[in-house]
Amino acid sequence: MIRVERVFKSFGTQPVLRGIDLDVAAGEVMVIIGRSGGGKSVLLKHLIGLLRPDAGRVVIDGTDITGLRGAALDRIRQRYGVVFQGGALFDSMSVFDNVAFPLREKTRLPAGEIAGRVEASLEQVGLVGMGEKNPAEISGGMRKRVAIARALVTEPEVVFLDEPTTGLDPILVNTIHHLILELHRKARFTAVMVSHEIPEIFRIADRVAMLHDGVIVETGPPDAIQRSANPIVQQFIHGAVEGVPAG
Amino acid sequence: MTGAGAPSLPLPLRLVEGLGQHTLDAVQSLGRFGRFFAHAVAYVAIPPLKVGRLVERIHFIGFRSLTIVLLTGAFTGMVLGLQVFLVLSRFGAEAFLGPAVSLALIRELGPVLCALIVTGRAGSALTAEIGIMKITEQIDALTVMALNPMRYLAVPPILAGLFTFPLMTAIFDVVGIGGGYLVGVQLLGLSTGTYFGEMQTFVDMSDIMTGFWKALSFGVIVTWVCTYKGFHCGHGAEGVARATTQAVVLSSVLILVWDYFLGTVLP
Repeated sequence: MIRVERVFKSFGTQPVLRGIDLDVAAGEVMVIIGRSGGGKSVLLKHLIGLLRPDAGRVVIDGTDITGLRGAALDRIRQRYGVVFQGGALFDSMSVFDNVAFPLREKTRLPAGEIAGRVEASLEQVGLVGMGEKNPAEISGGMRKRVAIARALVTEPEVVFLDEPTTGLDPILVNTIHHLILELHRKARFTAVMVSHEIPEIFRIADRVAMLHDGVIVETGPPDAIQRSANPIVQQFIHGAVEGVPAG
Repeated sequence: MTGAGAPSLPLPLRLVEGLGQHTLDAVQSLGRFGRFFAHAVAYVAIPPLKVGRLVERIHFIGFRSLTIVLLTGAFTGMVLGLQVFLVLSRFGAEAFLGPAVSLALIRELGPVLCALIVTGRAGSALTAEIGIMKITEQIDALTVMALNPMRYLAVPPILAGLFTFPLMTAIFDVVGIGGGYLVGVQLLGLSTGTYFGEMQTFVDMSDIMTGFWKALSFGVIVTWVCTYKGFHCGHGAEGVARATTQAVVLSSVLILVWDYFLGTVLP
């Protein structure tokens, strides 16, 4: 489904990605973990075509999107749903209009059907009756859920989530994770999520990839990652200040 | 190249290097600025045009600037009426107050002052709004929805500038002439016939068209600069604040420079 091959990216003289290789299979939930500032969001922006690699390529279903522009790239993006770190809700619109926006702009559905789908999406994320609110009037957790509803309302094949639970309390973190898992079970989309919510992500990930110093140091199912012999992985999942010896 | 391990250059060479870097940066910025406008023009020609956004931008730039335009227009006309009357009365030429006020407003002060005022009110808000959308990833959200941000955020304000600036300038001129009438006729005793009669004699269509072309081009300049600065703002609140200041300063300078250029070219 998604293949990242030897992707390098620098900003000025600062290398951020130093030869990333990653495969994401159709229908799986892949969670990318790693320390803050380690390049996880930069990698995600390469997958959605917001950044171009200095070298290497990103292949989506056999199509190399690295050199794509304009309408060709938009055709790939039509299949995406993206949840940004801060939600990226349009603050000039109500919650309802935010969720309805991609349907109004990208489909020719009648207004009644759009309203029905938006209400259903808001119900899925537990926000019934909140449609008239402005994004500024709702809590951080609600904004994340609206962002998830907006990303999923077009029934995308691939969903990218950039730290969807950052800054939330542990109960809300679990609520959002449970919601993502529930929606994934229903819609069977492919999900790529960036997170450092340890150990919560081990409950929802099919596979986990650890990004460290611009390279993927380990990829595997959650239990394999937790038993990893790699001291970098062990240090990260234990939150240790110094490296933790494996075993 | 100044790599980490490179030996530092002597001062004269560093100065030359700095000058070269600044020149390259300036040329690159100019290129981006021009390319931004070319893209906006292309999206005007390629449907679909976001009519709802256009109407909303006309309301935002035009209608919501109306109070300040009416106020400044009236007082500009009144000040002109007072000062020009005092000067003309020294030569016994008070009869020419009407043409003096109207020509100054229609050819010069109307388009320039109106554009400067709208830059301060609507242009700065335009930059701040787009800048905040950029730093909160709302522009990225549009992009990944396969919706072109230029079509939503740049084309409607630029087109709205084309419609609203000439209209607001016309309103500014009319209110200003009214302000001159209040002072010259109602306060200083000039007759209504003299004020308006001489105006008809001296103001012709070429004067009105000069003001129209100026207003039209200022509309494009202000919206182009302000949307560009919003799209290219830096990080965080500081980046948005800097972009907003730059947008107002650059728009104001370009208005005055372009006004002089048009003044030498137009009849």
